[in-house]
Amino acid sequence: MSTPTPPLPRWADLILLPIINLFAAFFICGLIVLAIGENPIEALGVMIKGAFVYSGGLGYTLFYTTNYVFTGLAVALAFHCKMFNIGGEGQALIGGLGAALASFSLGVYLPAPLAIPLAVLGAFIAGGIWGVIPGYLQAKRGSHIVITTIMFNFLAASLMVYLLAGPMLEAGQQSPQTAKLAESTLLPKMADMLRPLGFDITSSPLNASFLIALGAMAVFYVLVWHTRLGFNIRSVGQNQEAAHYAGINVARTIIITMAISGGFAGLLATNEILGFNHKVVLNFTAGYGFTGIAVALMGRNHPIGIFLAALLFGALTQGGGELDFEFQSITREMVLLIQGMIILFSGALAYMFNPPLARMIAKFVAPKDPANG
Amino acid sequence: MNTALELKNVSKSFGLVKANKNINLAVEAGSIHGIIGENGAGKSTLMNIIYGMHRADSGEIHFGGQKVDVRSSADAIEHGIGMVHQHFMLVPTFTVLENVMLGTEGGLMLRDGRGAALERLLHLSETYNLQVDPHALVSDLNVGQRQRVEIIKALKGGAKVLILDEPTGVLTPQEADQLFEILKVLRDDGVSVLLITHKLSEIMDITDTVSIMRQGEMVGHRKTSETSPQELAELMVGREVLLEVDRKPAKPAEVRFSAKNLGYTNAQGVVELEDINFEVRSGEILGVAGVSGNGQTQLMETLAGMRHLTSGSLNILGTEVTAADQTDPRIIRDLGVGHIPEDRHTHGLVLNFEARENMILGFQDTELAGSGKLFDYKTIQQNCEDKMAHYDVRPPNPRLNAKNFSGGNQQKIVIAREFSANPGVLLVGQPTRGVDVGAIEFIHKQLLELRDAGCAILLVSVELDEIMSLSDRIMVLCGGQNVGIIDSADADRQTLGLMMAGQRQEAAA
Ligand SMILES: Nc1ncnc2c1ncn2[C@@H]1O[C@H](COP(=O)(O)OP(=O)(O)OP(=O)(O)O)[C@@H](O)[C@H]1O
Ligand SMILES: [Mg+2]
Repeated sequence: MSTPTPPLPRWADLILLPIINLFAAFFICGLIVLAIGENPIEALGVMIKGAFVYSGGLGYTLFYTTNYVFTGLAVALAFHCKMFNIGGEGQALIGGLGAALASFSLGVYLPAPLAIPLAVLGAFIAGGIWGVIPGYLQAKRGSHIVITTIMFNFLAASLMVYLLAGPMLEAGQQSPQTAKLAESTLLPKMADMLRPLGFDITSSPLNASFLIALGAMAVFYVLVWHTRLGFNIRSVGQNQEAAHYAGINVARTIIITMAISGGFAGLLATNEILGFNHKVVLNFTAGYGFTGIAVALMGRNHPIGIFLAALLFGALTQGGGELDFEFQSITREMVLLIQGMIILFSGALAYMFNPPLARMIAKFVAPKDPANG
Repeated sequence: MNTALELKNVSKSFGLVKANKNINLAVEAGSIHGIIGENGAGKSTLMNIIYGMHRADSGEIHFGGQKVDVRSSADAIEHGIGMVHQHFMLVPTFTVLENVMLGTEGGLMLRDGRGAALERLLHLSETYNLQVDPHALVSDLNVGQRQRVEIIKALKGGAKVLILDEPTGVLTPQEADQLFEILKVLRDDGVSVLLITHKLSEIMDITDTVSIMRQGEMVGHRKTSETSPQELAELMVGREVLLEVDRKPAKPAEVRFSAKNLGYTNAQGVVELEDINFEVRSGEILGVAGVSGNGQTQLMETLAGMRHLTSGSLNILGTEVTAADQTDPRIIRDLGVGHIPEDRHTHGLVLNFEARENMILGFQDTELAGSGKLFDYKTIQQNCEDKMAHYDVRPPNPRLNAKNFSGGNQQKIVIAREFSANPGVLLVGQPTRGVDVGAIEFIHKQLLELRDAGCAILLVSVELDEIMSLSDRIMVLCGGQNVGIIDSADADRQTLGLMMAGQRQEAAA
């Protein structure tokens, strides 16, 4: 505040700055790769090829992207209401439970066109319930959402261990997992869907859930910026007292926001369970709920940004596996390092490059907009 | 003549808005220099340039005869410039001393900083009569005291120029008088004071010279002794301004809004309103007078449904509301009550929303936002453009965030929204706080027009003049109680003063 910084033009803020942040993150990682005696350019090449070029690579990348989109949207929606939803992990787990329950109870009796929406809805509602309880506690009891959502992650994890090792354990199974879900509730692979249309792509875990993710992005956009509920959510997020003055029911808005936020996280189960594992396994959420926070942050809480950030993290997840293969001295943990750097530069230090960049742009732009005479 | 501060050809644009155009200004040492101008004229921008918070696009700043380059507020402080912002920048959970120390803590254990700061603080409060307890928590201070802390902070580095941006906007008249005493002492000590205010009476009372800005330009400098409020108002607005309200007698009709034995006790059990009775009829304005903090805010917020009344009842356009009904602002609004809140930043606006979104705040469920299920941004945009044109909001840009409008124009956004809904009952709090004379004239005219159209209006204001010139009847609050309601024809400053001090109407009359 004490240094006068000219405002950054919108395009620079939205496009240039994130790219610079990204470069900075990769640059530091490159130095580290150099330090452990490998060629960073070569490593980057391997990652890019692994994520986008090698046969099936892109499919894997988009499969991971799908997960990040769901959890990113979940965190972002809550952010719009100034709620910090750290519970994506637990909500996604319970989403898996919801999908499985829908599948086992009703899915077996119904044909796919009915069974699939039902199972998807099951995931959404179950995740929503896991989000709405902390939302209710925050709105009505003042229990801090950060604390309760973290607690609910543990609750969800314990509950799933109990269920998968007990009541829901597949008969005769040694490892904690359910039986295969009803065939009619499984989501088709993207490769299988595209083949009749004449596109022959390599089979990968990428499945119809990717389309659900795109749909969720559209729903998110319309909800936040084009509905009355979205207006209420943003009002409560920006100025709770003004929202109250404007006749918005603050508590109810918080509760509804957390329900939908949890629902988005729950949809992760459509990708991992309905689309890939085809049964509920332990810990299928694998940290996507937490990374969703970084995705939402990088994506500026906007669906397009979230998609791009999710794609980046998806590519890192996939390309990182490739690194592990190709280099002796580089392990999977390298990906965590890169992720960490990206989060550091585009999250915590997001505005480090803002002032110098703004000054530079102001210098170039100024002559065009002459100081008034 | 000894010039303390001089600006030469200073210009500054925000995008297409030219906030300052070739500003020239000379401030004499040891004088109080007023700056006046319409809302959005560029006064705050100019002060922020001097204080290093904005950087001028072109032009020079001379300080003590030397050209200086002010790149940050740290630079400004070093050059001896201090500023008190309209919105205070204190840490409420710190003591006065700790707030004054901020930035000059001195050492890990704070020992040097604390001792020096305490000495400096005591010295300043002694010399300039800035009475405040160094060990009190800022959150326990009232607005006037907080402002003194801000002044001490601004002066602690030995400021030779002190900038005050609308300091009296938030003060009671008594607090304002105390502030002016302090400013006079400062002037006599050789400090130059730059004072921004919209109140011409303050300019006439306390300044030595005054500069007038209009639409980003400096349009004149006057010696205060050689000018009049009328001339200043005309210079500001560029046309003749009616400084007095032209109010025709009211034609009150049916009772639209009434309170019976209304009481409000807060969550801590403190009784804030007790046994309030009044009626407001269609076509009249009931003013609420009182020293600030005697229940006006609580009354407004209770009537608007933002707090729950704890005893008694209200009758709003025929609907009975009692303590048992859990009212909320939605219910009250739907009954046909409009509300201009006292504090536009906390309640009236969402500062990070665009103007067009703020223009439907509270009306998001009506067809102003579109007739279908989804928002219709064409309607929303049109609605905002129309209201901005009708209420002369500047700049008329519906896509600008509310926080980027000048204070007075923010107020006009709220006024435009609430007035044009054509409410049956209107609750109005501080309608002209921080608003320029031209806009005050306009707002007053609109209020009277609403009244004549049959609206029942309840008006709360710290400006006694505003209450006296607009109201048909005046209710006086003291200690959360209704001291009495008198006809405004019978009201003069003295009667009201006595009532505000708690004397019952019979005794006072
Ligand atoms: N950060 C900003 N971005 C865009 N426009 C701005 C910004 N700050 C100020 N402006 C514009 O510059 C003009 C001058 O604003 P300024 O705040 O200086 O007015 P002012 O004279 O202090 O008015 P008021 O009496 O209402 O406080 C206004 O049109 C305002 O909308
Ligand atoms: Mg201003």
